[in-house]
Amino acid sequence: MIEVICINSNIMSLDKLTIGKNCKLLKLQADGITRRRLLDLGLVKDTLIKALYKSPCGDPVAYEIRGSVIALRLEEASKIIVEYIPKKEESI
Amino acid sequence: MGLTNQSTGLKTLRDSFNVDLQSPDDIVIALAGNPNTGKSTVFNSLTGLKQHTGNWPGKTVTNARGTFTHKDQKYILVDLPGTYSLLSNSVEEEIARDFICFGKPHAVVVVADSTCLERNLNLVIQILEITSNVILCVNLIDESKRKGIDIDCRKLSEELGIPVVPTNARRGIGLDVLKDSLHSMIRTKETLSPISIDYNEQITNAVDELCPLISPIIKDDILDMRWTSLRLLDGDNSIIQSIVKYLDIDLSTHNEIMDKIETIKEDLEVVHHININNLREKIVSSIIEKAEIIADKVITEHKKQHRDFDRKIDKVITSKALGIPIMLLLLGIIFWITIIGANYPSSLLSNMFCNAELKLTEFFNWINAPSWLHGVLVLGLFRTLGWVISVMLPPMAIFFPLFTLLEDLGYLPRIAFNLDYFFKKCCAHGKQALTMCMGFGCNAAGITACRIIDSPRERLIAIITNNFVPCNGRFPTLIALATIFIAGISGRFSSVIGTLVILLTIVLAVFLTFGISRLLSKTILKGIPSSFTLELPPYRKPQIGKILIRSLIDRTLFVLGRAIVVAAPAGVIIWILQNITVGDISILSHCANFLEPFANLIGLDGYILMAFILGFPANEIVIPILIMSYMSTGAMLELDSLQALKDLLVNNGWTMLTAICTMLFSLNHFPCGTTLLTIYKETKSKKWTFASFIIPTITGIVICFIVAQTARLFGFY
Repeated sequence: MIEVICINSNIMSLDKLTIGKNCKLLKLQADGITRRRLLDLGLVKDTLIKALYKSPCGDPVAYEIRGSVIALRLEEASKIIVEYIPKKEESI
Repeated sequence: MGLTNQSTGLKTLRDSFNVDLQSPDDIVIALAGNPNTGKSTVFNSLTGLKQHTGNWPGKTVTNARGTFTHKDQKYILVDLPGTYSLLSNSVEEEIARDFICFGKPHAVVVVADSTCLERNLNLVIQILEITSNVILCVNLIDESKRKGIDIDCRKLSEELGIPVVPTNARRGIGLDVLKDSLHSMIRTKETLSPISIDYNEQITNAVDELCPLISPIIKDDILDMRWTSLRLLDGDNSIIQSIVKYLDIDLSTHNEIMDKIETIKEDLEVVHHININNLREKIVSSIIEKAEIIADKVITEHKKQHRDFDRKIDKVITSKALGIPIMLLLLGIIFWITIIGANYPSSLLSNMFCNAELKLTEFFNWINAPSWLHGVLVLGLFRTLGWVISVMLPPMAIFFPLFTLLEDLGYLPRIAFNLDYFFKKCCAHGKQALTMCMGFGCNAAGITACRIIDSPRERLIAIITNNFVPCNGRFPTLIALATIFIAGISGRFSSVIGTLVILLTIVLAVFLTFGISRLLSKTILKGIPSSFTLELPPYRKPQIGKILIRSLIDRTLFVLGRAIVVAAPAGVIIWILQNITVGDISILSHCANFLEPFANLIGLDGYILMAFILGFPANEIVIPILIMSYMSTGAMLELDSLQALKDLLVNNGWTMLTAICTMLFSLNHFPCGTTLLTIYKETKSKKWTFASFIIPTITGIVICFIVAQTARLFGFY
């Protein structure tokens, strides 16, 4: 996994995504209850995510996920591996 | 596993939801849905029950039930907790799932938010896996129209294979249609054949293998076999426990089933590389994919940018520079309006009660009533009542609607978003910001709301620290003292200064909450913060009329009623304590004298401390008790303005320091009786109830001691 990250710079964890940018979910690295919670929000492979805004302290960050605004803490976002989509794609 | 056991299990479940069937013909309807879909509004509109609704997840913390009659048929409606899924990730989801599976509702009404239908469809599809008697209520249809989203409900109904009713529950639109479709669903007893989900081949095969082993043990009409099998393969232990609880069947003792599950799991992992983690992911993906396909067919969006407005507002009110200042400003405006608005009606009411007291006194003289009777009833009971009403009613009648307005707009989750970082640093749960906000209304309500926090450790922290934010019973005390001692009664900027002082008090309260939470999580409640996600729901147009009615009736009258019930007997007791003398002085003075040395150390006096102790039943009556105790020593009879209150307090030795210490002690002392009782009910532990009692008290004593001694050391006062 680490090698892949080095080769393709568009692949990162969600917390590294710049505000206003879009990405596509590749993999959830969380387990247990956190993983289940994230799945509940509709975070499965290929889901489009947009970073919307940071809270005053920079953490948590609000993301657009399937039409809802969901705030995720750094700990959770860092366990979500995404692929950055350079051009703004038609979001759902 | 006879019928009796099953019905016992069912009875327990229905009992816990408070469902009492008066006749076997009564129809039980479960109301399910995602959080923030207006589910409670649908519930209230159908049943006419005035249940408190807030615009954020978890406010349905207790399972409400209500009834309504339609076409001579009685329906019992059970409001399930709002959940995103039924895959038992939380207590709320387990409750909702268990009621749908084992509570045997005749039908389930799923309320969905039409502005984000796709995500809501996940839950609909999950419920359809369990039961086919489902009606989908596509709510907030006015909002989606405004946002340019068209939903083809007829098509949606065809796709799902169940009735679909568009509603706007806030205006009561579509509810009759909803009732009609419930009626025809129950009457015709038609069996719907809703869609089923296509899992991939390996999962389908695995389910097919397991089903035949379970079906002889659990009857098919009790639980859906395929759904149950899938849960077992998914490693969901809570379903095994629920089956024991409600059906009295213990699957874990059936070795052939347990072995089979293990073999299938092994097979999936070794041959198909599907382990426990990605099995769940595959299940969820299949459901989401189905929802996507259906949503694509029925939703047309005309205005792509409909969410931009909300986003723009959010960007500002959660920004680094403005987020927290705006939060303080909004709170400040609310308190400022409360302070300036409450002044006039307060003195009006106070005058009214004074006149009434004179008339009552004349009446008592006229009938030649003994003076003790006049004392107990007029000087004790009536005067205290008059005080509680004239001091408390105007600020509450202004403060509650304004606070409800913020709540209705959807601002509270944004507060949680802004403050979450601090809570995380304190190893506490982000939702504690929400329960803290509830605490501004009433600490007891805030403590009940702590049920939205799953982790027991974080929940205890939220419960114990809830009392650090001042509730509405304490605001009048704080506002009155801040106005007369710090801001000055007259003067151009007095209301602004008063507001700033109150804001400062609140900031202090929030910091104390952080500090004590952190202290707790480093000492007796050690642990790391659990995972947490927070939805920021779309802003909703508040309904001014409903806010007024709801906040006035539900909250203002409720709190005032409670205060009166407590204040009336307290008034009598205090009058008696004042007027029975032992030696030369009254019992009250004896007590106050006894407390005096200690009270003096923390900047108070014996009477103030006594008032806080006597005010244990309700914080609202602390100031009235104080006034009564002081008035018995002086000759002053009329108290019709804040100036008079100031004179009274100053004559009894109050200084700015006394006022500050009293405010600090009001902020940090033992919770009121109702709150403590709620804490005991929620924690079921004497130890934690005691902790909730002693921690704020010690904090208050320490803070007041430091402030008082420092001030004296430097020669002020």
